[in-house]
Amino acid sequence: MTVNPSGWRPSAPANERGEVQTVTGNRALMLEEPLIFEIDDGESTGVDFAEIPQHRSRLGGLERNRDIGLPGLSEPETVRHYTRLSRQNYAIDLGLFPLGSCTMKHNPRLNEKVARMPGFADVHPLQPQETVQGALEVINQLAFWLIDLTGMHGVAMSPKAGAHGELCGLLCIRAALEARGDKREVVLVPESAHGTNPATAAFAGYRVENIPANAAGRVDLEALKARLGPDVAAVMITNPNTCGLFEPDMKAISDAVHAVGAFVYCDGANFNAIVGKVRPGDLGIDAMHINLHKTFSTPHGGGGPGSGPVVLSEALSPYGPIPYAAKYPDGSFKIVEEETADEEHPGAFGRMVAFHGQMGMFTRALTYILSHGADGLKQVAEDSVLNANYILRSLEDVLDAPFGKSGPCMHEAIFSDKGFTGDVNTLDLAKALIDEGFHPMTMYFPLVVHGAMLVEPTETESKASLDQFIAAVRSIAERAKAGDQSLKAAPFLAPRRRLDETLAARKPILTYRDPEVAQAAE
Amino acid sequence: MRYLPLSDADRSEMLRVIGAGSIDELFNDVPEEARLKGPIHGLPMHASELAVERHMTALSRKNVAAGDVPFFLGCGAYRHHIPASVDHIIQRGEFLTSYTPYQPEIAQGTLQMMFEFQTQVARLLGCEVANASMYDGSTAMWEAILMAHRITRRNKTVISSGVHPHYVNVAKTLAQFSEDALATALPQLDAEPDTDRLIAKIGPETSAVVVQYPDILGRIADLVPIAEAAHAAGALLIAVVTEPVALGLIKSPGEMGADIVVGEGQSIGVGLQFGGPYVGLFACREKHVRQMPGRLAGETVDAEGKRGFVLTLSTREQHIRREKATSNICTSSVLCALAFTAHLTLLGEKGLRQLASLNHARACEAADRLAAIPGVELVNDSFFNEFTLRLPVEARPAVHAMVEKGVLGGVSLGRLYPGVDALQNGLVVAVTETVTDEDIDAFEGALKEVVQ
Repeated sequence: MTVNPSGWRPSAPANERGEVQTVTGNRALMLEEPLIFEIDDGESTGVDFAEIPQHRSRLGGLERNRDIGLPGLSEPETVRHYTRLSRQNYAIDLGLFPLGSCTMKHNPRLNEKVARMPGFADVHPLQPQETVQGALEVINQLAFWLIDLTGMHGVAMSPKAGAHGELCGLLCIRAALEARGDKREVVLVPESAHGTNPATAAFAGYRVENIPANAAGRVDLEALKARLGPDVAAVMITNPNTCGLFEPDMKAISDAVHAVGAFVYCDGANFNAIVGKVRPGDLGIDAMHINLHKTFSTPHGGGGPGSGPVVLSEALSPYGPIPYAAKYPDGSFKIVEEETADEEHPGAFGRMVAFHGQMGMFTRALTYILSHGADGLKQVAEDSVLNANYILRSLEDVLDAPFGKSGPCMHEAIFSDKGFTGDVNTLDLAKALIDEGFHPMTMYFPLVVHGAMLVEPTETESKASLDQFIAAVRSIAERAKAGDQSLKAAPFLAPRRRLDETLAARKPILTYRDPEVAQAAE
Repeated sequence: MRYLPLSDADRSEMLRVIGAGSIDELFNDVPEEARLKGPIHGLPMHASELAVERHMTALSRKNVAAGDVPFFLGCGAYRHHIPASVDHIIQRGEFLTSYTPYQPEIAQGTLQMMFEFQTQVARLLGCEVANASMYDGSTAMWEAILMAHRITRRNKTVISSGVHPHYVNVAKTLAQFSEDALATALPQLDAEPDTDRLIAKIGPETSAVVVQYPDILGRIADLVPIAEAAHAAGALLIAVVTEPVALGLIKSPGEMGADIVVGEGQSIGVGLQFGGPYVGLFACREKHVRQMPGRLAGETVDAEGKRGFVLTLSTREQHIRREKATSNICTSSVLCALAFTAHLTLLGEKGLRQLASLNHARACEAADRLAAIPGVELVNDSFFNEFTLRLPVEARPAVHAMVEKGVLGGVSLGRLYPGVDALQNGLVVAVTETVTDEDIDAFEGALKEVVQ
């Protein structure tokens, strides 16, 4: 390990802004951190063990006879390594994280405390059922409230994330169609849909066809009706949609879809806008996944774990997967799995995961629901929509809001890059926001808006936080409209400047190679 | 409401700026008949932190925590000691409350950790590259079958009888909707794994052979002959590891010729949590990387030449590829991957070897003690920290009878393979470093009584 592990030194001498060259490459609290492989001395460990008792090995003659090459660090080095890495991350705990469609809301710490109770955290999925009644009750209670909040009939709890939930919903639809001997081939997806929707439909064995949006950013009902027919298995709708707008024709869409014998799948990624206010079941929806890591505040953790239970209509409930936690009249709970599925749930399309789903997320989500209650959840939807509209109306004079004229938005506000001068684009505005201490908004999505910027503040932001964000965006938007070329090089103040993604993809380096090995390979 | 910062004064001021008379006006697009008139029916009103904690504590106490009793369950989820610093690290808000690192300039913490994880996983499984995690072991195995299908352009997969039955059922479920044909079999209570029967099933149309290592009964198969037979037929070998701690002592699947190695990473750094969230491991050969599912972090440089990391090869993924994506994975399991990589960093080469040795030693001791009970036989010739006993009685009622005696004494094969008579007397027992001498005494005593 060297004094300056990254090998990087600022090339410029100290300037009037006080940027100075340091020996270590560190900049005060911004500390460079090498890879664990570069810190490793080949001998250290951060775990002490009891003495290993004498025993006759029973490994079938397959003893490992060479080293794995795993670096080991003592506990202080380990804690410091990950703490230093953590400080190179932006997070909700640090500030506004306005990623549209991602619902980056505050993660309550009570949820973390509850998930770590030994009765939840230290329970094996195959323990005899009499020893896990509380765990099954958690799943059953959460299932009950998810059904209640959505006005649906049943729920499949086991999907591991949103896209996995989409797959579950589509497999229920497919099973329901096949049960009536009706093989259909096409799933219709609006062009504004999340990329997961067409990917999931293809994964479930369907051919995907796009349906267009109208000028107001909604599904074109007439175009949809024109395409519906006996070959269509399902329509996948996101509501509120990815332009941040409610689909006012939702019920009419559902009725038209049902009239041709097809089903309505709803992407529930944007449920936060309507939780406690509107029940998808009242809109004719047959299946909808709920991202517990969005609406119900379980942490995103840098990209998972998520959890994607799917609520189901009466028509689809018989086909949901096993296992699930059932409540019996005597108050006990039982897992319905392969053994009794034939009697208790004969239509099940099968099993999606090894065990019972994301229990650690269920405890957190149930804690969240009980904390908010009926009044609090309604307030969540209202404040999330209020915050988004406040941003929409506070920025629409400096940023083009393509649907701003047609009325209020739901929980996210969408802007385009119209009016930016020269080659300054959405990416540049986003990167400049980093220097102002904000995570950028979702960029270039949905595809139906040019240079889209999708801003979802969530209800857990204060007005002061929104005002600061608005001031930052206004300032950068003015510069973008003036064609300020310095935006092209932003960010200037983050732990890294813009990274070369083309190089990463052209010559992929996906694992660490010891310098000697790497050199030999050149 | 403690999680909502807006005051009524804020709301009024914001509505004034918006130009709306009320919050309900903002919901004008929602047809009147779809709007609920009041708070949702049935759900109680908001509650204090104290009240909610009380409610959840009461639910948690209705479970028997593994740490409170002699505990011997495995079969895809293992109880190991997790160093306190691991949970501290994953609770750093900058990790816990960050998103998928789409903005690499302010996500180097997560991206570097993913890169380190990929390297550790690749080395542990004996492969050239690994991704940044999957949902869990079972979904990773199905993705591996699909990947082999894409590479070989064949669709027949032979699955060993030693693969976890839940994993097999996940694959069977999803194969109904793809063009994949799976050949599966039930395990037999034999001392040796099913290597010969498996090799006999490989044919010229076989896309992949799937083997669990160690298998569901705890047996350890030499993968070399299986890899050779698979490769001779133009098929790939997929190895599934549900207990990666074993790889501290035994050869990795990759070094024995496996082309794709997947696994469940729970046993390193992640608690039992009643089955999830866990962390799927996925590794393969470098030449197949563009067919691999899941997120990948790659090394690059920034505009000033500083080393940094980005998500890369994302043209495989669904947010870009839409209906042409290579997999259904969107969210992965990064926080669990962080727990895995932090625990493995603490262990290091030396610590993992010691941990694995301790597990094996404890398991050997327990196997000898339990097999000495009259009527009880040890099935396995080979095992790591998990083995199968053949009881003189059905194992499933025996497990329940042991609960009465305060012992969680393994997983009955009757639970995993309901209705399969030949397996009803099988009991799979896992013994990790968390098991004490007193635990083994208690298990031995309880088992003795219930088999009489």
